[in-house]
Amino acid sequence: MTIKSTTVTSKTVKQWLLSSSVALTCLAAPAAIAGPIESYSSVTSARLENPEPGNWMLYRRTYDGQGYSPLDQINTTNVKNLVPAWTFATGVVEGHEAPPLVNNGVMFITTPMGQVIALNAKTGDQYWRYKRELPEDLFQLHPTNRGVGLWQDKLYLATTDDHLVALDAKTGKVLWDKKVQDYKKGQYLTLMPLIVDGKVMVGGSGGEFGVRGYVAAYDAEDGKELWRTFTIPAEGEPGHDTWSGDDWKSGGGSAWMTGTYDKDTKTVYWGVGNAAPWPGGMHPGDNLYTSSVIALDPATGKIKTHFQYHQNDSWDWDEVDAPMLVDLQRDGRSFKSLIHPGRDAIFWVLERTPERINYVSGWNFVHTDVWKGIEPETGRPIVDPAHKPTLGKRVDFCPSLWGGKDWPSAAYSQKTRFVYVPANENFCGGFTGEKLPLVPGQLWLGTKAEDIGLTVRPGADHFGELQAWDPASGKKVWSHNFPKSQLFGSVTATAGDLVLVGGTNDRMFRAFHAKTGELLWEQKTNSGIMGMPVAYEVDGVQYIAVQSGWGVDAQRIQDALAKGNTGVEDNVPQGGVVWVFAVKQ
Amino acid sequence: MDDHPTRRSVVFGTLTACASVAVAAAADDDDPRKEKQPQKGDLLVFSEGEREGQTITPADLKIGEPPVHAWPKDPANAIVRDGSRLNEVLIVRLDPNEFDEDTRPRAVEGIVAYSAICSHAGCPVTAWIKATEGNDDVFKCMCHNSEYDPRRGAQVVFGPAPRRLAALPLVIKDGELAIAAPFIGKVGGQQG
Ligand code: FES
Repeated sequence: MTIKSTTVTSKTVKQWLLSSSVALTCLAAPAAIAGPIESYSSVTSARLENPEPGNWMLYRRTYDGQGYSPLDQINTTNVKNLVPAWTFATGVVEGHEAPPLVNNGVMFITTPMGQVIALNAKTGDQYWRYKRELPEDLFQLHPTNRGVGLWQDKLYLATTDDHLVALDAKTGKVLWDKKVQDYKKGQYLTLMPLIVDGKVMVGGSGGEFGVRGYVAAYDAEDGKELWRTFTIPAEGEPGHDTWSGDDWKSGGGSAWMTGTYDKDTKTVYWGVGNAAPWPGGMHPGDNLYTSSVIALDPATGKIKTHFQYHQNDSWDWDEVDAPMLVDLQRDGRSFKSLIHPGRDAIFWVLERTPERINYVSGWNFVHTDVWKGIEPETGRPIVDPAHKPTLGKRVDFCPSLWGGKDWPSAAYSQKTRFVYVPANENFCGGFTGEKLPLVPGQLWLGTKAEDIGLTVRPGADHFGELQAWDPASGKKVWSHNFPKSQLFGSVTATAGDLVLVGGTNDRMFRAFHAKTGELLWEQKTNSGIMGMPVAYEVDGVQYIAVQSGWGVDAQRIQDALAKGNTGVEDNVPQGGVVWVFAVKQ
Repeated sequence: MDDHPTRRSVVFGTLTACASVAVAAAADDDDPRKEKQPQKGDLLVFSEGEREGQTITPADLKIGEPPVHAWPKDPANAIVRDGSRLNEVLIVRLDPNEFDEDTRPRAVEGIVAYSAICSHAGCPVTAWIKATEGNDDVFKCMCHNSEYDPRRGAQVVFGPAPRRLAALPLVIKDGELAIAAPFIGKVGGQQG
């Protein structure tokens, strides 16, 4: 099938807006046209390694993945005066999960179905729009996108039909389009590419289709593939002995979130997903490198070291959210840590060295019945077999399939030194393991989907929980509970002592006091927010931006709650809008 | 354990185990006739299970039983149109008195057929479940929980799907189930 795409420039955008059937904001007239991007700030390694405070050019703003902005013009004192500065309806439904990226006054957003929109970050006027024409027979299990990678004067978009596309940042024109793998075999891409020194790195999704996961790097200039490292070792590769027979060929291990990067040791840390299919009995062994973090050399793709959060995954507990890199003081010593509140309900504190990753500490941050403890020397969790899914038997476990925290990212504040976690408490789940044949391109879960349940613990008084943890002491500092909603959105912290998060089914966007957890401000938006809030500055004015657009897993949880007699309705509207806020003068 | 979870939830699926299995036809996989949408006069064959590839007759379908998954087959040259996943069909037999005005003329002996591809994001529709307690059975796509009522033209009754499943009118020809007209409505997921 021929893949076509179009770039809607300023000449045609008015026509597009007029014909759009989705009108979601108060924009009464078509948006103004900003004209071409005349001057664009080229993105260099130096800028990515040390970004200006007013910009947000990486997935979590900085390579360390902390999700922290040093801007403090908007702070605990004036956040109550935050009002919308402008909004922009994307005209697209489904889960809008990308951060609005900002490079010196130019904002880039991506939407589900492979669209990229360039906007004036001060006014909301559109420069251009790229629309990918997706194949008709595409099976989009996760119809979403988490952002474009920025490098020099180009942008890089990873698509659900498994292409990597380079666009001209000034015009949206396609510069090259590279097929990464075959979408017909269950391969797809949803992540924001990670760019290090001109290498565009992507990781594949598709563990539910029985693929073999990988991270690959492409030359930013011409799209040439430079290396591809599979997350499941083949025969002869280290770790292969953790697999039985041919299980490694279809063992999952998707790498579908953006990695983090230690520029000092030139090491990329990538989160790796669960093993496939779900019941561990179908893939005996520890199953490296599933449910792990791998440390890669970005020059060669070589795996330097790894840490496996849990072995022989049987719960669909992807650990794809890459760990945050934080300089930590704990137990009387300073060290370079990796911090990862896991889908497996364990808050992991690890030590990273150039040679290896050491277990430091781990504790449950939500209720779980799966772990009986953690081996102190190795960091290996001890499984309660009664709650490990197996073949031919219904097994229940807590937390649910979505874990204690799914892909939405936690944040670390350099001011408070706390970690803010979008957690879900009181959810459990279960299924009956079943041996089912693998058909390439078709889902392969090891259970009948109809058999999968989301359950609520008796006496549960809330679901979502925004938690603040002190990783130095392992103590919870505060938490804010959501009685009638899951919490399914990434968190951002700022130097204004704010913690920003959406993620709830009441469509709210909220700011909390980073030190106390006090709710300082909230604003209802058009839809639910799954995406990541960002902070940026143009002409000396600070803004906060986020995309509101509900769908995918947040909606799946919502559906389950609505069907589950919990009193929670399934009434979150869809449709994406970029919201940009500033303090009212 | 004491805090055993309740079973308050009915069914939830993050995903689905797909029912369709491509019929082996290695030699002529590229034959464009295999990709062509269902045509008037095509027969229907089982796309999975023990009787995969065999022609479906009304006697194979009982009222209220779960739908069967099928491929169209050109009777003139025995080409099974399994070259595109967009050709997969769901067939179910129901009480004809329950059909609405649009559905009745497309049905034969209570049998109706629809595209098996969910109009939301293009997953195969695999499940057949109670919509809610006491309601009729409905098709359900386990990917994101969209539900469709086959009695009412497969209109969406729950979930994010933006439109009904495409319908495939049926007739009976020489005792076998045959296609009376091409799909009515768009086949496949939303794309933008
Ligand atoms: S693809 Fe069927 S509900 Fe999403």
